[in-house]
Amino acid sequence: MTELLAVSGLRVRLNTARGTAEALRGVSFTLARGETLGLVGESGCGKSMTALALMGLLPLGAQTGGSIRFQGRELVGLDDAVMCGLRGDRIGMVFQEPMTALNPLHTIGRQIAEPLRQHREMGAQAARAEALRLLDRVHMPQAAQRLDAYPHQLSGGQRQRVMIAAALACGPDLLIADEPTTALDMTIQREILDLIAELVTDSGMALLLISHNLDVMAQRVQRLLVMYGGTVVEDGPTERVFERRAHPYTRGLLGARPRLGAGRGLRLPTIPGRVLELADLPAGCPFADRCEWVVDACRQSPPPAMPVGPAHEARCIRLDAVT
Amino acid sequence: MTPLLQVEQLGKHYRLPRESLWRPAPVVQALHDVSFTLQAGQSLGIVGESGSGKSTLARLVMALERPTAGRVLMNGQDLHVLSPQALREARAGFQMVFQDPYGSLDPRQRVGRIVAEPLVSADPQRVNETLDAVGLRASDADKYPHEFSGGQRQRIAIARALITRPQLIVADEPLSALDVSVQAQVLNLMQDLQQQFGIAYLFISHDLAVVDHLCGEVAVMQAGRIVEAGPTDRVLRAPVHACTRALLDAVPAHAVIPAKAGMTLESSP
Repeated sequence: MTELLAVSGLRVRLNTARGTAEALRGVSFTLARGETLGLVGESGCGKSMTALALMGLLPLGAQTGGSIRFQGRELVGLDDAVMCGLRGDRIGMVFQEPMTALNPLHTIGRQIAEPLRQHREMGAQAARAEALRLLDRVHMPQAAQRLDAYPHQLSGGQRQRVMIAAALACGPDLLIADEPTTALDMTIQREILDLIAELVTDSGMALLLISHNLDVMAQRVQRLLVMYGGTVVEDGPTERVFERRAHPYTRGLLGARPRLGAGRGLRLPTIPGRVLELADLPAGCPFADRCEWVVDACRQSPPPAMPVGPAHEARCIRLDAVT
Repeated sequence: MTPLLQVEQLGKHYRLPRESLWRPAPVVQALHDVSFTLQAGQSLGIVGESGSGKSTLARLVMALERPTAGRVLMNGQDLHVLSPQALREARAGFQMVFQDPYGSLDPRQRVGRIVAEPLVSADPQRVNETLDAVGLRASDADKYPHEFSGGQRQRIAIARALITRPQLIVADEPLSALDVSVQAQVLNLMQDLQQQFGIAYLFISHDLAVVDHLCGEVAVMQAGRIVEAGPTDRVLRAPVHACTRALLDAVPAHAVIPAKAGMTLESSP
């Protein structure tokens, strides 16, 4: 497989009201064509920040370090105009809330056609025909009639289909889906995830799926990165991560989910303490204060990535103890 | 024994704006013939997709809206025929926790005042006790909501519901805006409070695993009707209605513990 995306040592520093905060502290991963990768973690762990960095959409004043190589081209420090040419063309994006991501004043046909007019300089007629084909492609019922509908006339699931159609318009090599189903019903959630999986298989593009929901990740991605405090704390094949739960945070996260049939009224194991504010990140392991296996060495310096198994590693110096 | 909450053939329709002068205004039947009972100290889960009428049901049970048919009886007393004064007094017995801990707390009020709001007269001692019961500190009473995380805000919302020592708490998707590890903390808290104070929960959720964890009984709603109801163990292990099956199918396999042999509900010969 050819490498499509290689992120190494990605750092992002943000200016906040409480001084500078390190939102990302050295994130590294690679993604090949046709591969599916999941980023999972709780609010403030840096998963959306990673997506924004990939798309060149970081907030003003953010300082980026490290490297993002996409199709052999370095994206960090790339000119905004050049980045604009990639975004929506080679990199497609689907966001969490389709109602806010879509423009309420434009018909959905026009919004799906927009990347085609922008990047392919297609004429209005041709772009409209292509938009109709894309709407069909995302299984929108009565696509021809819906082309002139406005976002508010559609249901949440249909709006998300529109977002996906627009993201696919230029046949991107990478699809970034940031919490694409969080605002949707369980059954609709599944339809949308099925659709994304189908499109990824058919087109051979790579998928970066971001979610706080472990259940969503379980069947949808080949490889899983668990993030905490701006670092990737565990990285491995999805099944292995679920099975082995090498990092204490992965373990806590998976254990805290109630499961169907687990028994009523039992206390759920919880992770003590709370998610850190990015401005308060300690010098050592970001999870140290909430970890039951913590030793003094954990607080000295950020833990290195330790091998767990084939293509599977975790940033924890106490892997042997965590069982 | 009179059940704590008795809902009888409850119906609610909303009249939409007229589309044409010559036709009657269209009507949406949000709830249709919904009946159930909830005993004191028990939990009933209401599941269903969005638009199935779950939140309308919550608003009617809370007497925030009037039904167009049927009755809501709290301890045998019909809430919707009470005088405004009597209803205000009765409200101490049933409280609500909303989904969004960011939108449901007034950002300009201190936590102490938010939590004390349902009380007739301020009672700092009671505020402290209640904050303590939900795992917050007495000193938190002087802070503003923005100083708290999502999970802590939901604790504040629960404290506000708890302060009148209600028999029933209606919780409308109380966990869905929270992070996974925080969900577990709030779920444990709700369970502890139930044991401690004997509170009954009407727990509205789209998350079957959470409902299975907390509620002994469950009702499945679709298009304003209850299509299946009964003990959670029966409904979720041996679903009868297609809607229940569809909801169960949507639960990822990883989130289900397969029933062990001998624990299945198939009838023995």
